[in-house]
Formats: sequence, C-alpha cells, structure tokens
Amino acid sequence: MKKMSALLAASILFSGVWASMTQAAEVSVYSARKEHLIKPLFDAYTAKTGVKINYTTGKAGMLLEKLKAEGEHPAADLLITVDAGNLWHAADTGIFEPVDSKILAANIPAHLRDPENRWFGFSVRARTIIYNKNKVNPEQLSTYEDLADPKWKGKLALRTSKKVYNQSLVAAMIAEHGEEKAEEIVRGWVKNLAAAPYAKDSKALEALVAGVADVTLVNTYYYGRMMKKNPDLPLVIFWPNQETTGVHVNVSGGGLIKGAKNKEEAIKLLEWFSGIEAQGLFAGSNMEYPANPAVKPSEFVASWGDFKADPIGTAKYGEFQEAAVKLMDRARYK
Amino acid sequence: MNNSSSTGVSAKDAPVSRWFLRFPDTWQLLTTAIALLVLIPILILMASLFTPDREVWAHLAEHLLTTLLRNSFLLVSGVVIITLLLGVPLGWLTGMCDFPGRRFFSWALLLPMALPSYVLAVVYLGILDFSGPVEKVLQIIMPHRDGVIIGDIRTTPGIISIISLSLYPYVYLLARTGFMTQGTQTMDAARTLGCNQYQAFFRVALPMSRPWIAGGLMLVIMETLADFGAVSAFNYDTFTTGIYKAWYGLFSISAAAQLSSILLLFVIAVLVMEQRMRSRMRFTGINKEKQQRIKLTGSRKTAAVLFCTTVLTVAFLVPVLQLLFWTQEIFAIEFGARYLGYTWKTLALSLIAAVLTCTAALILSYTRRLHPDAATGAMVKLATVGYGVPGSVLAVGFFVMISGIDKSLVTVAETFFHVSLDPIFRNTIIIMLAGYLVRFLAPAYAALDSNMQRITPGLDDAARLAGLRGFTLLRRVHIPILSQGILVGSVLVFVDVMKELPLTLMTRPFGWDTLAVKIFELTSEGEWERAALPSLVLVMAGLIPVFLLIRSSSKT
Repeated sequence: MKKMSALLAASILFSGVWASMTQAAEVSVYSARKEHLIKPLFDAYTAKTGVKINYTTGKAGMLLEKLKAEGEHPAADLLITVDAGNLWHAADTGIFEPVDSKILAANIPAHLRDPENRWFGFSVRARTIIYNKNKVNPEQLSTYEDLADPKWKGKLALRTSKKVYNQSLVAAMIAEHGEEKAEEIVRGWVKNLAAAPYAKDSKALEALVAGVADVTLVNTYYYGRMMKKNPDLPLVIFWPNQETTGVHVNVSGGGLIKGAKNKEEAIKLLEWFSGIEAQGLFAGSNMEYPANPAVKPSEFVASWGDFKADPIGTAKYGEFQEAAVKLMDRARYK
Repeated sequence: MNNSSSTGVSAKDAPVSRWFLRFPDTWQLLTTAIALLVLIPILILMASLFTPDREVWAHLAEHLLTTLLRNSFLLVSGVVIITLLLGVPLGWLTGMCDFPGRRFFSWALLLPMALPSYVLAVVYLGILDFSGPVEKVLQIIMPHRDGVIIGDIRTTPGIISIISLSLYPYVYLLARTGFMTQGTQTMDAARTLGCNQYQAFFRVALPMSRPWIAGGLMLVIMETLADFGAVSAFNYDTFTTGIYKAWYGLFSISAAAQLSSILLLFVIAVLVMEQRMRSRMRFTGINKEKQQRIKLTGSRKTAAVLFCTTVLTVAFLVPVLQLLFWTQEIFAIEFGARYLGYTWKTLALSLIAAVLTCTAALILSYTRRLHPDAATGAMVKLATVGYGVPGSVLAVGFFVMISGIDKSLVTVAETFFHVSLDPIFRNTIIIMLAGYLVRFLAPAYAALDSNMQRITPGLDDAARLAGLRGFTLLRRVHIPILSQGILVGSVLVFVDVMKELPLTLMTRPFGWDTLAVKIFELTSEGEWERAALPSLVLVMAGLIPVFLLIRSSSKT
C-alpha cells in the first residue's frame, strides 16, 4: 500500500512537473553575444519571471544565414547580435519585425536604435585610443584622423580590418568625410603601423605593453579587462575627437524575428533588457556602457571619465560597411 | 541486398558506358545517395554563380586574388613538405624499426591529433609573443638588448609550422599503417638483390606505401585549404578568409561562391592527382607472420629517440603545459558542472558520427571494389569533396538544404493532410550528424580504402565460389580484414568531429554546446586563458580514441 501511494505521489508530481514544463512560457534566442556575456541576463530573467529561455550562440553572419534559411518558420524569437552594422544588415534582409513599444522607445535613445524600430541597442561600446604613458604625451593625441599623421610612423597598432568593429569605424569616417578623405586617412594608418594588424584587440593592447607600438584603437572593455587583471600596466585611455565629431560608439542589441512563435514573451524580454536591472547587468558583465541613460556605468568604467560620443546614428554603419571593407582592401589594411 | 552484385570483379575491364546501360545495383544507389548528400549543399552555393556579382568580384580580383592565391599556395606546399618530412620518417621508425621507447612513441606521436590547429595557433602565439615566457627568458639572458627580442611569428613560415605540427599525425598514422601492412619481407628481398638499406627504403618500401602516404597527404591538403581558425589567429589571408570577407564583409554570397568554386576546383584536382598516382597499382598480400623489426644501434638509435622526442615535445608537450599553466590561473572562475555536459555531448556526437561516417565510407569503398569503372570511381571521389570545403561555407549550404527539406515537409503536411507541422529535422542532432558525415567522409574513406586495396581480388573470387555474395561477402570476408582500417577511420572522424566548429555552431540544437564551441566563444573574446580549460578537456577526451587505436594496433 505504501508502495502504491508513493508511486501515486510520484506520478502526480511527475505529471505536475511535466505540465509545468510543457505549459511554461518560453522564448528562444539566437545570440552573437557570447554565452558568458549573455547567460547572466537570461538567468536573472528566468529567476524573476519563470520564463524559460532557450538560446544558442554563434557568429553574427552565420546566425543571420540561419534565419534566412529558416524563413517563415524561424526557430528563434529574438536575434541578439553585436555591432550596428550587423543589426543593420539583419534589418536590411527583412528578418526583423518592427516592435512598437512605449517602454523601449522611452528607455533607448533614438540614435541607439533603428529609425523603424526593427532593432534596439542595449549596450554601448566606445572604440577609442589607448596609449602607453611611458612613451606618449597625451597632448600629442587629438583625433582618429590624426593617427594617420607621419609623426606616428612605426608607433600604431591596429586590429585586423576583417573585424566588423573596424569596418564600422571606417564606415563612420566615410559618412563624415566622404570616401576619398577616409581612404587617405586609412592609408596613413597603414603607413604608421608598427606591426602587421593583430587578430584581436587584446593582442594590440599587449603590443603596447611590450613596447612594440605606442598607440592603438580598441573597444574600451578590452582595455578594462586587461587593467582589471593588472592595474599597474602603463596603459591610459584617451577620448579622441572631443572638439570635432566625438568618440566612435557602437552597440550590441537585438530585435524581434518575423514569424516568431513566442512574440509576446519575446517583446517582454526585449523591454526587460532596456530596463534598469538588465541594463546594469548588460553593462556590468562586460564593462560596457548602458544604452539606457537612466543607468550609470559601473564605477570602474566611470573612472575613465566622460566623453562626447559621435551622434552620427549607429544605423549609418551598415549602410557604408561594404564601402569601408573595399576601401580598407585598397589601402592594403589587412 | 544479397543478389545485388553478380558482376563483381569481372566488371573491371568493362567500358565506362556499361555503368549507364545497366540498372545500378543497391551499392551504386547507396553511393549515389551519399554523394548527393555531399553535393547538394555545395551545388546550392554554386547556384549563386549564375547571378555573378561583377562589381564585388572585380574588387576582389584587383585587390585580393593574387595575395590569396599566393598565400594559399605557399601554405599548402609548405605544410605538405613539413608533414611529409615529419610523418613518413616517424611512421617508418615506429612501424618498422626497434629502438628504446618505440612502443611509447608509436602512440604518443598521435596525441597532437587531439589538439585543434586553432588551439595550437593561439598557444604558440601566447608562448612566443612579446609578453610570453620565451621573451621574458630572453630579456633576462640578454638584458642589454632594447625592445622586443623575439620576432613576430605571424609570418608564412610561422603559420606553416603551426598547421604542420597539428596535421602531421595524419601522414604519420597512414604511413605507419602502410609500412606495417607491407612487412619487412619485401625489404629483405630488395636487400638480397643488392640494394643497401637506403635504396631498399626509397626504391621499395616507400613506393609500396604510396596509397597510404598519398591518402594522408590528401587529408592534410584538404584540411589546410579549409582551415579558418589558425589562419585567422595569425591574420594570414587565404582563400578561406577571402570567402569569409566576401560573404560577411561585402555581403556578396555570389562572390563567396566564386571564390569557393576556385577552391573546389583545386580540391578536385588534388583528388584526381591522387587517383592517378594510385590507379595502375595493385597492392596485395597482408602477411600475418611475425615481422622482424630493424634494430637500430649506436648513433642511429640516439637520432631516432631524439627526433621522436623533439616532435612530441614541440607538437604536444609544450602546448599542453602552457594550457595547464593558463588553466590553473582561471580554473576557479571558468570551471563548473556544465563542463560535464559539454564533454559528454562532445563524446556522444563524435562517437555516433564516427560510426555513421565509417559505415558510409565502407559502402563507398565496397561499391568501388565491386564496380571499378570510371563513373563509379568519380561518384565515390565526389562524395569525399566535403572535407576540402571551408566548414562554414559547407555549413550554410547544408543548413539551406535541410531547411528546404523541412519547409517542403511542412507544405506537404499542410496542403495534403491539413495539419500544421513544425519543421522536423531542424533542432535535432540528426542534422548535425549528417553534416559531420558530409564533412568527414574523406578521412574515413582514405583510411578504409587503402586497406581495401590490399585485399587481393582473388579472395573475392574464392569467396564467391563458396557462395558468398553482396552484403554477406562484405560482412564475412572484407570487414574482418578491414578492421584495422575501420578503426583508423573511426578514430580520425571521432577526433575531427570533436574539433569541428563551423558546422557545430550552425546546426546545433538549443543546448548542444560542445567543447569546441566553448573554445570558440572564449577565444573570440580574446580570453585565451579561460579558453585553455575547454581546450585541455578536449585534449583529454581526445586521448580516449587514441588509446583505443593503440590497444588494438598492439594486438595485431
């Protein structure tokens, strides 16, 4: 009898679990933001709402191809990716569905989202100048454009032009100066290189530490990670173009996929991403800047000082990305 | 299936046209099905060649093509030369000679197979970087030198060395199998005919092992052409990186397809060349008598031990030590129970993929044995081209094909049965496994088929006289003899699947992250130290198949 009742209890429990598993709301996400940088957010959301989040990570381009192939029956509800250029292309291929949300519109400033609300930036990354303080007097530094000046010959370290962050930077310069002038600047950079372009921002920073080069251009969180590990490094951050266009900023963000099965839950998740709690996690987990102006960056990030950001509108980067890639090929920027 | 192969060996001299006149048997149908599975994804991509993107192509042709051609050519030639210089002597030494530590080296030299080339590249960049341990030691030894002493290793010789170190085991493994199955009698015969030891090696033993060495080299060439991880870590532009740029930088699938088709032509040329090299050869006779090894003495003995030790140290011990060093720094943050999940998923996928792929390779090899005509040969060869296509290009084509099948199933269900269906294959591991099969048929086939070629046709005739046909013949006669080749093939596929990245990234269902995926995620964020943990676990998991191989090969 005991056995029977135990069995009964177990089966009731099991069916309860089963029902809750099958009925529980869920959202599926394709993310080009790496697992260790996005999972903390998902975990926090699931803990709070009980909504289960399925996710798979991948490279931005591949995830886009995947969604294109899946067509009318997408396996994911949201695409989260890095770089405004990637977001622009995803929107351009028509995989996003515009989201009309008061919360998102209120939380995310216009220049950090798509004009048609197909995607929203959730964290801001600044691509700025880092210099070795033992070698460079900050008064010598001024703008991105100035790094093309012959005075930096043999002193500049750059990441490869194959990285989309550099493609967006050059795209912004094309939007600002026109193609001819931008090409001249990039050619100047290439002439000033101290070593062949590096595969990663972190390697370019290491080149500065080793004394191979004196200045480089990286996303600030790479600098942050390195300084956190070893605060004694002679590396200092410099905000360029403060008198002119402002620091080049990019976003990581996401949007709702057309034909999403869990549309409502997905929109709720997007809205939560833009709110106070998630914005703190977004910026905190990777030392980025929150997109929501109501949320302050972490103390460590704030210690690098305030800067004027380029207000050009991140949506421009995708538009000029192809031109930027070609330009860098012509300038032999590898 | 039993009545399927009545023509058998007698078809050998039949004209090509007979293949078309006769209704293909079960084996040929199976081979065709496998070939289609491989070719359709590639053809899907090639279809965009019909809408060429002239503007992007002109840009690539003007600014990139010469560099890409030159770099890819230099890389492949360099890797071929070095893997030959490492793999063949090592195979000979551990397979045919006797010297202290031979038993140990014979399996230990396979260990670098478990290290993906992208991990090796990252590790050596770390060791030889200006902030790495070697530079620090040099700074202490030479305090008067200003600036960085060590040169940049991101050069053509640098990348050639890295890729060669990770790929030489393919040549080594196959060359060793080749030497061992041919035995020393032929060498002895050559010696009695007046050759000295060197002449006997170069004029008899080496040529007789050509199918194996060629098979190994072919794998090396294809794998080098398809490499993306190692060349990107070195920012070295090859066809693969060019294809990526065309696709994801210039958003021109057709320009990417144009570049891919050049690459594919090259792969097919390599396959044809290999075929030509072996076409007129018949290799028969496996003598199971106890082989007499060549005993090395004096300076030769020392040289052999030194050579093996050096290769093992550079290709395996040093990188693993560096990984261990990095791991102990980050173990506390990175390690967690989830690693158990990554590991068993990696192992399960690799095991199932190895079994499936070897079964397919066996079908291909047996079909070719039954039908030695040119058309069947071409079909079989085409089925193995997936290995030479960059993984992510294949991954996209493959995914488009699967989605297409899924979509048509959904449409059929809706129109004819009025039920709305969710896509079936997508988000199952079936598509991952099929993808691995498409990609890794070449190594399985190379290992299996070189052994198949050693079985004398007379054996088939004799078995037929005894009434064995078709599948029974394969099961009772060929499979037992092929067991070593099947094992080698499975281990190659197993290890390759463990290291595979692009297909896994593209096709894995929710929650099927493998160790390779983890390594990618961490290295792509520049977190080299944290990536050391999954790399190390991958190496340890890779030891399992390598040990299996050793145990069985020491039995025979």
